[in-house]
Amino acid sequence: MIKEITILPGLDKAGMRESFSEITLTAGETVSIVGPTGSGKTAFITDIELLAQEDTATKRRVLINGLIPDNEVRCNPCLKPIAMITQNTKCFADLSTEEFLQIHARARGIKDTKVIEDTIDLANKFTGEKIVRTSKVTVLSGGQTRSLLVADAILIGASPIILLDEIENAGIFKQEVVKIIQNTGKIIVFVTHDPVIALLTQKRIIMQNGAVRKVIFRSNQEVKAANNLLELDKKVGIIRERLRAGKKITKELVSVSFA
Amino acid sequence: MKLLIIAGPPSSGKTSLVKQIVKKMRGEMKIAFFKIDVVKAFEDVELHKDFGILTRKYCSGDLCPDHAGVMVLGDAVEWAASNQAELFIVESAGLCLRCSPYLNQGLGIIVLSSIAGIHAPEKMGAMVTLADIAIVTKIDLVSQAEREVLVQKIKETHSSVILMETNALQGTSLHRLYDLIRNSGDIDAANLVLKGNPPLGTCTICVGKKEIGWKHHFGVIQKLDGQTAEYLYRGE
Ligand SMILES: Nc1nc2c(ncn2[C@@H]2O[C@H](COP(=O)(O)OP(=O)(O)OP(=O)(O)O)[C@@H](O)[C@H]2O)c(=O)[nH]1
Ligand SMILES: Nc1ncnc2c1ncn2[C@@H]1O[C@H](COP(=O)(O)OP(=O)(O)OP(=O)(O)O)[C@@H](O)[C@H]1O
Ligand SMILES: [Mg+2]
Ligand SMILES: [Mg+2]
Ligand SMILES: [Zn+2]
Repeated sequence: MIKEITILPGLDKAGMRESFSEITLTAGETVSIVGPTGSGKTAFITDIELLAQEDTATKRRVLINGLIPDNEVRCNPCLKPIAMITQNTKCFADLSTEEFLQIHARARGIKDTKVIEDTIDLANKFTGEKIVRTSKVTVLSGGQTRSLLVADAILIGASPIILLDEIENAGIFKQEVVKIIQNTGKIIVFVTHDPVIALLTQKRIIMQNGAVRKVIFRSNQEVKAANNLLELDKKVGIIRERLRAGKKITKELVSVSFA
Repeated sequence: MKLLIIAGPPSSGKTSLVKQIVKKMRGEMKIAFFKIDVVKAFEDVELHKDFGILTRKYCSGDLCPDHAGVMVLGDAVEWAASNQAELFIVESAGLCLRCSPYLNQGLGIIVLSSIAGIHAPEKMGAMVTLADIAIVTKIDLVSQAEREVLVQKIKETHSSVILMETNALQGTSLHRLYDLIRNSGDIDAANLVLKGNPPLGTCTICVGKKEIGWKHHFGVIQKLDGQTAEYLYRGE
């Protein structure tokens, strides 16, 4: 059982100790990591994924339920309580989507083969053009691969900790993604440049120069702002889908109110 | 002297891994490094320049580099030992990938790149199955799911191997490797034997022979020092 993970401070890019004493993320919590490009957001969640023990570029340490995780947990996918969607999602494996998921399910110790079909179905909820189970993962588009990997992380990775690196970038339906992974009892960490996603999370970790600069808890006002932005984002989404479908934009869609 | 034999396909990250090991261990023990390659190798110059350790290389020319390695390794071990090295690291060229350069002593490490293709571990045979440790590099370039798929493939090829994943450019998650090196025993140079069958290529003389060194050898490979006058080396 994962109750919490703890991140202990490392060094920033200049080699100075980070200023927080520890950051604890508890089950059910959603967190976003924000900051300029190159500020160390990916490095931060990679530390979590690798369960860093002062052996990454940042020299941070990560504890599970307050304890140093076993060697075996660090390199056995079957035991790893973490699923991560990385920023670069090009697949090199010369396998069909089905085979890829089958081997991954084996790696994660899942016996039930129905998970393969479910994963492809879920991925197809996120993406525009459908993924066929026989198509090679190497020919999937960036957005399709990302959708597949998000679905894979949820159903096959099926971990109590999910790390998502800029899921907004591949043009997949983020509202769908957000809905599915909210209220799951998991720890969910979004690296994001997207204000909607940032405001949807309860906690924001601000990065700068390779270090955590601040941890901000979402205020009630920000919850309202998040809801407004979400409405706005839905509208943008509708416009985007119409454009994608080759349709024209009508008058009522153009007038946007920030109420 | 401890011995580390590092094998793996070209550009899989062997040298990058060696650099991390040297960076970490050079304060603890005197290190010597030996690179076997086919036509050209730069590792010796680079590692000497970057870390000031003892380095050497051997180019096998027309021959399978692992085969050449089998022959000159005896000399190389002697060279490292005579220079008081406490850790001797050998980086193989690993070209045809049917061979395995690992010995019955020290640690044998296979270095595999995450982007080398999913079938690589199965195809490579002995180079994977006879290794003590498998290190998967370039994990910064692929998704977690793909890493896990590759790790699974390696496990299905060699279930008892000690597996580690790293970004070799940063040397992430290698603590366990350093501990394994620290805890590995000293070798007994007089009793070094190949773990697998020697790489044969076209040589029928040494079929089935596992002995290291010149006294068992007849062929065209020259010794590490000298013997340049005669193209055909006729054994001792
Ligand atoms: N991104 C990334 N690049 C890597 C990693 N490991 C190695 N590289 C790069 O891959 C290339 C080959 O790495 P080397 O360490 O030279 O590979 P090698 O196995 O020694 O190659 P040969 O000795 O020529 O067979 C270099 O450009 C490295 O910088 C890694 O973990 N991540
Ligand atoms: N504390 C640190 N010490 C040393 N290097 C660091 C540190 N934090 C990050 N880096 C390095 O800085 C580089 C940029 O970091 P990273 O990729 O995490 O940025 P990012 O915030 O995710 O950027 P982007 O928004 O472009 O994805 C990487 O090479 C990373 O390894
Ligand atoms: Mg990033
Ligand atoms: Mg090399
Ligand atoms: Zn021979």
